[in-house]
Amino acid sequence: MNIPQGLKYTKTHEWVKIDGNKVKVGITDFAQHEITDIVHVELPEISKQVKKEQPVAVIESVKSAFDIYTPVSGKIVEINDNILGSPEVVNQSPYESGYLFVVEFSDEKELASLLNADDYKKLI
Amino acid sequence: MEKLLNELSSECSSAFSVNSDVEIDIQISENLKRNSTLSLPNIAENDLLRHFTNLSRKNYALSTVFYPLGSCTMKYNPLINERIAKFDNFNALHPYQNQETIQGILEIMYELERDLCEISGMDCFSLQQAAGAHGEFAGLLIIAKYFKSIKQKRTKIIVPDSAHGTNPASAAFAGFEIVPLRSESDGTISTANLKEILTPEVAAIMLTVPNTLGVFEKNISEISKIVHDNGSLLYYDGANLNAVMGIVRPGDMGFDVMHINLHKTFSTPHGGGGPGSGPVGVKAFLEPFLPVPRIENKKSKFILNYKRSKSIGKLKAFFGNFPVILKAYVYIKSLGAKGLKNVSKQAVLNANYMLAKFKDKINVPAGNKCMHEFVLSPKSVLKNNIRTLDIAKRLLDYGYYAPTVYFPLIVEEAIMIEPTETESKETLDAFVDTLAKIILEETVQEPQKIKDAPINTPVKRLNEVAAARKPILKWK
Repeated sequence: MNIPQGLKYTKTHEWVKIDGNKVKVGITDFAQHEITDIVHVELPEISKQVKKEQPVAVIESVKSAFDIYTPVSGKIVEINDNILGSPEVVNQSPYESGYLFVVEFSDEKELASLLNADDYKKLI
Repeated sequence: MEKLLNELSSECSSAFSVNSDVEIDIQISENLKRNSTLSLPNIAENDLLRHFTNLSRKNYALSTVFYPLGSCTMKYNPLINERIAKFDNFNALHPYQNQETIQGILEIMYELERDLCEISGMDCFSLQQAAGAHGEFAGLLIIAKYFKSIKQKRTKIIVPDSAHGTNPASAAFAGFEIVPLRSESDGTISTANLKEILTPEVAAIMLTVPNTLGVFEKNISEISKIVHDNGSLLYYDGANLNAVMGIVRPGDMGFDVMHINLHKTFSTPHGGGGPGSGPVGVKAFLEPFLPVPRIENKKSKFILNYKRSKSIGKLKAFFGNFPVILKAYVYIKSLGAKGLKNVSKQAVLNANYMLAKFKDKINVPAGNKCMHEFVLSPKSVLKNNIRTLDIAKRLLDYGYYAPTVYFPLIVEEAIMIEPTETESKETLDAFVDTLAKIILEETVQEPQKIKDAPINTPVKRLNEVAAARKPILKWK
């Protein structure tokens, strides 16, 4: 299972890439494997205000539909349009072209509760 | 593959002949008359009969195979239900008939409401809802209207992560915000976790007892007290009522609102989208909010009362799905109190018998005892990249309807089995042996066969992913 070292993680299987005052969010390789073939993705609206651990996106596979939670509070500033028409990209490249959205965070302290790669590995 | 009717159509055949000399004594104005011929397939009667008979032989149905579809209570539906529902006394009635002339069916519905009260421990029922989720929706509207009437602003509904997906969907549809509650490994609720999220905005908690892992909520009395002390209500999802009928009653556990799936617990055919029936039951203080009309008995006459100012309104045309209501009534009357209690006892016994046979072979996350159903997690014994979906497909080859898979979501690679009370020991034994053989032997010896399964069915393994991503929604 691919768990890149440079990223942060949540207990609900999102990965988080911190970049200045923004974070890029996607689902982990473990999550895409468990969810199985993804057939539909719903993303939040740009500039939507979100609260940490609130469900903001939905990923649907042949198995079920899964809520995706934002790891931090703030504002959605970017979504990955490409995956709406080609949801399989999330399976193929969960950490790169299959990312979901970018949040501009409002409270830097929230980042402290995120897991590092080793902690996440232990969790799964 | 069976051809479609328009593919079978031939100009040389016909299933009927029309005598064009017949004079029709109805005046139809010229602009309403059809000018072109009717575009119906031309098929001889015997070919038509073969077409439908052949299709019916491809069915995986309760009348042909064991159907252990967890959470769906696919029990045998006694034929006496169907026979009575076909009486002209019922199926020749029209819902617009004068109430004086339908006293019989009003009495049946009135009596069924009382029977459901007795079974569930609730005070009043409405039979109008078309299915389980419709019942949930009605119950949540009642909860919303109740809090509005006492001028409390409560916007949240707590739903455990082990609940049926319809619970959060119904609550959201009724305008509530969902607060998920993390359940324990056996699907039960920790009161400590509950207290943490039980804020003054919480209108209700929705619980399924026993839960989706087939485990009874042992702290239910304490949970009920904690929730009521907060001024919130308890909603009972009746999906698993088949486990406790005649043994314990949701009303006695402290639930304020509930729904019953008549089509499951009370044996009417279901699946494939309906028809169902999801009566909603409430404690007396919520009675004013029930949907209209209410069936009332005044001077030994039954009437439909629409004049109820606090009601949430009408949710379904006419009286609900009456044939389903009628079949459930027949089932209750033919079994009686003792019979219904035996139903639940036998359903629990059958599930535990199967569980006992599985438990040393395949991981059972919720432990060695269950109520009417249980969940296997074969993840640790599955080899060669084989997953639960493949196992389910392979079961079709052996002539079984596949169990529910990947539900509840809290169990990895879940296989959810509900045998129901109406299956024999021989059927249960054969199924356990087959499933164990597939999981423990075939996955090692013939992995490719399992990945290709089903191979004995009229249609082989379908590409479900392509069908979902790029659906083709029209014929040709």
